Amino acid sequence: MALPRPCGDFKRSWEADEAVFPTAFSRGALAAFLLLLGLAPLAAGDFWLYLLNLCGIALVGAQGLNILTGFTGQISLGHGAFVGVGGYTVGILATRLNVNPVVALLAAGVAAALVGLLFGLPSLRIKGFYLAMATLAAQFILEYLFMRAAPLTGGAQGLFVERPALAGLAIDSDAKFFYLIMTVAALATAGARNLLRTDVGRCFVAIRDRDIAAELIGVNLFAYKLLAFALSSFFAGLAGGLLAYYVQAINPQGFTVLLSVDYLAMIIIGGLGSVLGATFGAVFITLLPELLKLAIDAVGGWLPIENIFPALREIIFGLLIVLFLLREPEGLAKLWWDVKAYWKLWPFAY
Amino acid sequence: MLLEINNLEVLYNEVVLVLKGLSLAVPEGRIVALLGSNGAGKTTTLRAVSGLLKHENGAVTQGTITYQGARIEGRPAHEIVRRGIVQVMEGRGVFDELTVEDNLRAGLAVRGGGRRAAGELETAFGYFPVLKARRRQVAGYLSGGEQQMLVIGRALMTRPALLLLDEPSLGLAPLVVGELFRIIQRINREAGVSILLVEQNAQMALTIADHGYVMEGGRIMLDGPARELQDNRNVREFYLGLTEQGALKSYRDVKHYVRRKRWFSS
Repeated sequence: MALPRPCGDFKRSWEADEAVFPTAFSRGALAAFLLLLGLAPLAAGDFWLYLLNLCGIALVGAQGLNILTGFTGQISLGHGAFVGVGGYTVGILATRLNVNPVVALLAAGVAAALVGLLFGLPSLRIKGFYLAMATLAAQFILEYLFMRAAPLTGGAQGLFVERPALAGLAIDSDAKFFYLIMTVAALATAGARNLLRTDVGRCFVAIRDRDIAAELIGVNLFAYKLLAFALSSFFAGLAGGLLAYYVQAINPQGFTVLLSVDYLAMIIIGGLGSVLGATFGAVFITLLPELLKLAIDAVGGWLPIENIFPALREIIFGLLIVLFLLREPEGLAKLWWDVKAYWKLWPFAY
Repeated sequence: MLLEINNLEVLYNEVVLVLKGLSLAVPEGRIVALLGSNGAGKTTTLRAVSGLLKHENGAVTQGTITYQGARIEGRPAHEIVRRGIVQVMEGRGVFDELTVEDNLRAGLAVRGGGRRAAGELETAFGYFPVLKARRRQVAGYLSGGEQQMLVIGRALMTRPALLLLDEPSLGLAPLVVGELFRIIQRINREAGVSILLVEQNAQMALTIADHGYVMEGGRIMLDGPARELQDNRNVREFYLGLTEQGALKSYRDVKHYVRRKRWFSS
């Protein structure tokens, strides 16, 4: 959905018209946001920095799933396992072979992409719920491999990953990680947004909106679905690699189907098929449990409900998501759109 | 009046104003045709009446829809069906995997289930004999014309007082269209069902209608008895494609001189 343009903002070329940040104001807002983000480590404490880092990692993975599910319309319940493939790739390369972190991260992406490609193969024949089941199978197969291929993956104990060093600079603090993670997150977001404006992105959306019509105008369904799986898993692998470097320990419990569901929740709450939505969703789903925890801890001092906190948190978490979706079925991106449209058009919306 | 729409405004997505003060009326037992070019707001009008706007993120912002003396704007669709207004959507919409008969029985849901439906089924088969011949077939395999007949038959199962038809002739062969319109006319005469008919095929629609409305840009531009509309200079040229002499218009002439629509001066 295109936002109404401000008065007098005319474009003379297709390129200008297609710009992601079409006005001076929006470009200024972007610059201000990036500047604030860059300064964040100075102001934020360790805890908040840690949360921001998790948001950044989740964002990379969510942009990936959004390419597959949001753009191309292929549902995946195996995204968490693809993140795991990235994590284990970094784990193995860094601990066993002492590979350069940049190479290891790229390798994580490529490895996940290859695995994603393999499990994307059924997508030509099956759609919808059936594809969800097939990708769920991928999730369980990979989880099993993480657990059982012990010589490679360390089995249930998992692997310990050393903090990386880039060009002699050891990335050993939350603040240093922050810049690494945010750089990757910014690249991933820009990549996903730009993908949507290319031929490939248009083919993805065509497949989502009407696959038979897409085939009839010459889109090779099989190739593009596989490409979507590969791209999406590449992002997942990057997220997994970052996560491995950041938390320093990976084990099979970190990449269960719950993680896949979390990623789906991010892009659905954010607004399917919207890059901005995936960004909002990743931040929202990452922060919500932590904020709930803070809130309940604050209340818990003078309420005798200490024992049921964990359960209560899950219930409130679920309830909030359901209530939010009832109110705004098209997600945070639509909410943002509505707010912007309201201010732009007030008081004469039509 | 069975249905009266007064000064209706419909807004999509909180920014797109589609109906800008539309008024029309459907008298009891009559066929009313609603004509207009693409994008005039015909389908939106039907959606507003049948309660389907919210699926498209639309809403009635002003005006009233009165049916049998009661205000119905903004009521949910299933309730409006219960009150006796049933819409047949553009582009068919049969339940693909049910048989013809099960499709028809599904139309009885509004009256509490389809176990005893012999009477209604016979009525529907009476209007559409071709459906009876195919009653055990899966609906997805019917031809386009048969599917259109099936959805109209299914709508009749609810025993409506008012039938809203959205372009029933869409994509059908001229012969089939003729047959369909004769049946629509029979439904109106024999069962006393009032009909609000949205059509691109203005010629056909005005042949069976009692009264016609012409829409443009979300408003009614012209209305009158169907006979008069058929003779109206503007309607003849812009909707029936006929010139003053009654001959088909040639595109060669169009190139040289395009007559503008001037609704109020003709």
